[in-house]
Amino acid sequence: MHAKDVLGRDGEQAAVKYLESCGFRILDRNWRCADGEIDIVAVERHTFVVCEVKTRSGTRYGTPLEAVGTAKRRRLRRLAVCWLNAHGIRFDQIRIDVLGLLHEGTGGFTIEHVRGVG
Amino acid sequence: MALARTHSVALVGVAGHLIEVEADIAQGLPMTILVGLPDTALREARDRIRAAIVNSAEKWPQSKITVGLSPASLPKRGSGFDLAIAIAILAASQALPLSSPHGIMFFAELGLDGRLRPVPGVLPAVIAATAEGLSTVVVAAENAGEARLVPDARVIAAGCLAQVAMWLRGGPVPVPPPPPPDPPDPPDGTSGRRARHMDLAEVLGQSEARKAVEICAAGGHNLSLLGPPGAGKTMLAERLPTILPGLEPAAALEVTSIHSVAGTLRPGAGLLTEPPFCAPHHTASKAAIVGGGSGIIRPGAASLAHRGVLFLDEAPEFDRDVLDALRQPLEAGEVVIARSAMCARFPARFTLVLAANPCPCAKWSSGGAGCGCSPATRRRYLGRLSGPLLDRVDVKVQLQPVSRREMLYDRGFTETSAVVAQRVAGAREHMTRRLDGTPWRLNAEIPGAELRRSFPPESGALRSLDRAMELGQVSARGADKIVRVAWSVADLSGKSRPGSDEVSVAIALWLGVPR
Repeated sequence: MHAKDVLGRDGEQAAVKYLESCGFRILDRNWRCADGEIDIVAVERHTFVVCEVKTRSGTRYGTPLEAVGTAKRRRLRRLAVCWLNAHGIRFDQIRIDVLGLLHEGTGGFTIEHVRGVG
Repeated sequence: MALARTHSVALVGVAGHLIEVEADIAQGLPMTILVGLPDTALREARDRIRAAIVNSAEKWPQSKITVGLSPASLPKRGSGFDLAIAIAILAASQALPLSSPHGIMFFAELGLDGRLRPVPGVLPAVIAATAEGLSTVVVAAENAGEARLVPDARVIAAGCLAQVAMWLRGGPVPVPPPPPPDPPDPPDGTSGRRARHMDLAEVLGQSEARKAVEICAAGGHNLSLLGPPGAGKTMLAERLPTILPGLEPAAALEVTSIHSVAGTLRPGAGLLTEPPFCAPHHTASKAAIVGGGSGIIRPGAASLAHRGVLFLDEAPEFDRDVLDALRQPLEAGEVVIARSAMCARFPARFTLVLAANPCPCAKWSSGGAGCGCSPATRRRYLGRLSGPLLDRVDVKVQLQPVSRREMLYDRGFTETSAVVAQRVAGAREHMTRRLDGTPWRLNAEIPGAELRRSFPPESGALRSLDRAMELGQVSARGADKIVRVAWSVADLSGKSRPGSDEVSVAIALWLGVPR
């Protein structure tokens, strides 16, 4: 496994912990279909939330949040519908969140959570 | 997460409009949105400003930034908004005290390293800001001299964005780095300085033409010089600015504003106090002469020659459209360029000087020796100068080739520019006294109706003019022009009103007959 993949996995683990502490119920992780992958599928109260997790070891190539562009947001919205169709569940509200994680020297992460991006 | 507000100026023609620059920082993925009709250069400001802020050791906010320029309906162009936008973003992200940039006008481009770069049009921008009550302006160091020409402006000249930020946080007033040495003159022939090396006394053997140039300088009359090559047409025209009086303060500010917008002002040159001289080449396009351009509307040669001289050498070689486009500014004293979104006005009250050869082979003179052109060819050549244009030329001079003996003889009689300039200044004084309380300054500017009502020549002086009109030699407009020139002749000789002698001289100059 490459170092970047380890970082990504650790980041997602940290994100899940953070979301649970915020009261999110995690439904699924790393769900794949022909269109792509959803990092985390969760529910916050009555809202269905698709989370994209971006982990970076530094800001040399830009901040993690900047890495989520318009095309990515649009795909996440499509994937959310795919997941709901595949599982036969309906929600009144669907939301896309982005979690930007920056690796700190001490081993922890600073987490930036932006709600409702797409 | 806040909203910050500051100001900049958008230029339409030479008129500045105060623009409110707002930056709003909201929750969301990092992105920057610029609204309010920006053009391409302004849209690129996003990337420039970001680099400048990061390289000035400030933080670029990681959220959704919306920058609004209002009034939104006014098209905005250029890079002069950079600094205002950067400061608004920094204030909105609370890197600067939120209200600190309010009521200050910022006008400079940003380099990627955070340096402030000079932009054209600072003078009219600062005039607009002070007129709206914003007396504090921040500009690049190179533009400071220009901004300080506005009397009641408090000018902060800075070298870089970090200095401005420090000042807004309550730090010291920025001290800009010493300005670089003056670059060479812009290559557009609008420099007034070169006139200094010239003198009217150098034009030998053309005493009539020298007198005509003097009359034109006094009254602001348009002039055409017709003659064979080498007779001194270009020399005469180039020396016209040397006998013109300097610009009055209001006119100097107007002229400097136009040159500021055109970007032809040398840094550190200060106020332009000499009348400009603009000599476009005969291949010039219509937009180059009257102004225009897509997107950015730039003043043309006619406006760059405002309060000075527009010299068209080899006038028949110009495109006919180009020459005819000058008719409207000659009449109105300003150029109005209309676009779908806006209407730009540039003042263009200039003295037109046309020079032309008598025929395409240029050998024709009164004797006609050596010229192979048929009368029809000659007529066609000069026919390129349209009648309506020539009708607006008050003084027409035909130059003859000068013989060696004439040159030697004339050497004893030529007057230097300084002597002639003094006479011109005296004539202008008479004019100013007479036209006091009217909107006009020069004889050539007085409208026909007003001329006939308030400024009639001596009784009986117009008899020869009436005869010329009866013979069909002079049109009604021509008659007014002749009276105006007669007034200038009288002003030059210190007479209180033109008599029949002055009118005769004016008729001869109007008809362009060699005497």
